[in-house]
Amino acid sequence: MADSAILQQAKPRLELRGVTKRFPGVLANDNVNLKVKPGEIHALLGENGAGKSTLVKMIYGVLAPDAGEILWNGDPVQVTSPRAARRLGVGMVFQHFSLFEALTVLENIALGLDAKFSQRELEAEIRRVLDLYGLKLDPRRIVTTLSVGERQRIEIVRALLLNPKLLIMDEPTSVLTPQEVEQLFETLRKLAAQGCSILYISHKLHEIIALCETATILRGGKFVAECDPRNETSKSMAELMIGANLKEISRGPGRTLGAEKFAARNLSLPKHGDFGVALKDISFSVRAGEILGVAGVAGNGQNELMEALSGEAGARDDAILLEGSPIGALNPTGRRARGLCAVPEERNGHAAVAELTLALNGALTARRRMGFVSAGLINMGRARAYATKVIGAFTVKALGYQSTAGSLSGGNLQKFIMGREILQEPSAIAVSQPTWGVDAGAAAAIRQALVDLASRGCAILVISSDLDELLELCDSLVVINLGSLSRVMKVGEVSIEEIGLLMGGVHGDPQATVEMTEALHAH
Amino acid sequence: MRIRLEKRRELSRVMLALSPIGAVVMTMIVGAIIFEGIGYDGPRAVFEIFFTPVLASYKWPDVAAKAAPLILIALGLTFGNQAKVWNIGAEGQYLLGALGGAGVAILTQSMHGPWIVPLMILAGMAAGALWAAPVAFLRNRYGVNEILSSLMLVYVALQLLNYLVTGPWKDPNGQNFPQTAPFTPDQRLPAHLFGLPFPPGLYIAFALALVFWLVMSRSEYGLGVRIVGEAPKAARYAGYRASNAVWSTMLISGGMAGLAGVLETTTQSGQLNLGFPSGYGFTAIIVSFLGRLHPMGIFLAGIVLAISYVGGQVAQTTVHVPSSTAGIFQAMMLFFILASDVLVRRRLRIEWGAPKTAAARA
Repeated sequence: MADSAILQQAKPRLELRGVTKRFPGVLANDNVNLKVKPGEIHALLGENGAGKSTLVKMIYGVLAPDAGEILWNGDPVQVTSPRAARRLGVGMVFQHFSLFEALTVLENIALGLDAKFSQRELEAEIRRVLDLYGLKLDPRRIVTTLSVGERQRIEIVRALLLNPKLLIMDEPTSVLTPQEVEQLFETLRKLAAQGCSILYISHKLHEIIALCETATILRGGKFVAECDPRNETSKSMAELMIGANLKEISRGPGRTLGAEKFAARNLSLPKHGDFGVALKDISFSVRAGEILGVAGVAGNGQNELMEALSGEAGARDDAILLEGSPIGALNPTGRRARGLCAVPEERNGHAAVAELTLALNGALTARRRMGFVSAGLINMGRARAYATKVIGAFTVKALGYQSTAGSLSGGNLQKFIMGREILQEPSAIAVSQPTWGVDAGAAAAIRQALVDLASRGCAILVISSDLDELLELCDSLVVINLGSLSRVMKVGEVSIEEIGLLMGGVHGDPQATVEMTEALHAH
Repeated sequence: MRIRLEKRRELSRVMLALSPIGAVVMTMIVGAIIFEGIGYDGPRAVFEIFFTPVLASYKWPDVAAKAAPLILIALGLTFGNQAKVWNIGAEGQYLLGALGGAGVAILTQSMHGPWIVPLMILAGMAAGALWAAPVAFLRNRYGVNEILSSLMLVYVALQLLNYLVTGPWKDPNGQNFPQTAPFTPDQRLPAHLFGLPFPPGLYIAFALALVFWLVMSRSEYGLGVRIVGEAPKAARYAGYRASNAVWSTMLISGGMAGLAGVLETTTQSGQLNLGFPSGYGFTAIIVSFLGRLHPMGIFLAGIVLAISYVGGQVAQTTVHVPSSTAGIFQAMMLFFILASDVLVRRRLRIEWGAPKTAAARA
């Protein structure tokens, strides 16, 4: 290819030489090199804590490197602020959107721009960008009414309005349906074809194989390898990422499912607040030893379902059944006493309290079930011993029970939380996003622990927006969309297309989704 | 140059314990400079306020008498402050405690027996808690901000005191002074106990500080209160109800302020008059924070604030500073403790100029 020969000779759009960043006690980036060519889609791969975010923050001017050089089109530059980065031509789409729910798309974009435009100019400009890249988005819509995929497009348009020469995408697909992912990839390929370089941060290896031409792999803050993902497998790249052989989940031989253990019967809850989702007539049944997955795009009632199951939101007494007896009227402590444990999605401030020690964070949910409390007093010896046991059994990297939850990395805290619930030997457990933002090694350990728990006869419900995780972990699957559950599907028999459509691939119009699904079945 | 505040991951316990001392020292230094600047003998004023009451043993009974109510009220406020349920109206609950005790005193004017004082104390605590109850109810039921409702009830309590001592509870033999009849010997407690210059309230405060310490650090209730304050969602998940925390912390702080009020009347004033309100309920908020919301810290902080009250009076006569001086020093202490809190919990980072390059390193 002649084109690629020219690209080979051209100066890299962005080059990092020996970039080092030190935080108190941590070397976040150690002498990292990175070269992104013009028009290249370049993956930045690494586990949580490998230093991807720090590196990107330096490119985008949020942090300043302690040592090393940043070269832009071959010239050394000082990127002193995000504004300076945008002036150079660096755009960034963050993993967490910063949008005002009550404002329109247009108003949100206007608020994020450095330069002032008139409303009309801006709208014309937005429509031009949308047309150019075939993006579907109505500038006049209010953000609340948009799907997550559409919200992400706002951030993309905001970045594209500045005609970037390098677009940084941080974990862009974590909240998208398979169809939305495909649309995003088309946009990115179009952008790259027009000469814009893309730095794509992700830990989803099959996406990187499908999209990227080059991948730079970081581990523990250091550059490990640069490779062509198209010549690699998910497994080989994952092993470069974690620096060890990746263990596959082993399911116990001859696992048999028992009788129904954990069930919901026509569970409905009105919506809470302006941005809440009402639960409509939710029914499911999980047998002993079974793992039921709840797939869906974030914000379709997952949090509401979790709160109804954990007991944080009250429900009709017979709407939730544990081993045949109604528990819907019990509070979280009462449900745990009966054997139903729960892990919400949010680690800090919901499943754990950052300011408290691990011993007290253990007592948070285990205090009654594990017998720490007598006469209103907590037996601290037992609480410490339990925290120590969890730390040991789940290889949590922490100094000990006296460490505060806030001092742990996300993955380690999640292992502690999962361990805290699993070691209570619940008869049923509801878990939301068990490996969200957790590195591959820790995620594998958490999934293995869940499978092992199921093989001991626990009924498990896993809510996750990571479809790969559900397909790997679960026996059966339902999809949650706008607060309702789909029919139950056996994991061996489902098609990704159908799940994608049920997840709301056709957004904002449930009827269209139904029609599309039916059409798919007719084929 | 960029100045930034970064959250610290691990808090230093030493820093947490030492920062109140730093706040007091800063108050002395800044206070000396300010009073020097406006034409007083600043260093001497600071000396009189903070050291004379400690060095002159004849001031100790006065310090102990003022420390007792401050510590009792501040202990009561601690649970609420941990749960982030802000009771600013302890002054009103303190008044109600005194009124409750005085009400029993009026009813038992002609009676005798050792049961009268305990009954007065119970009535005082109940009255204080009762004055806090509407605050909890309004907050839970209608989401009314407890800071406003508790503060406003202070003014209602003041009017109630006014009405009672100038009206129905006025001493018939009091030559028309706005005060209740003096308490009978059976309605009074000794001003000092066990041969030391300390009032009964100080011993009670010490015993309760130990109890509160146990409850706060070891009990399921104490843990729940902390979690409700630190992370309300985690509290719900852990099975604690925020509305219970609002009720219990308001009733505890109301009851403790009531206890302080009734002890004050039975040991010190021996009657109730218009001069009774002293601002202890407000100063106790400073005590609670200066004591790091820790019962033993509060005990010490109560003594420090009591010293500043007594020392303020000393400085008025010797250095001729205005009567509001003690208040100014108390406010500075609160300011410095809250400011040092920011630095204990966060790290101040100053980044000078442009980042170093690899060449500069090598």
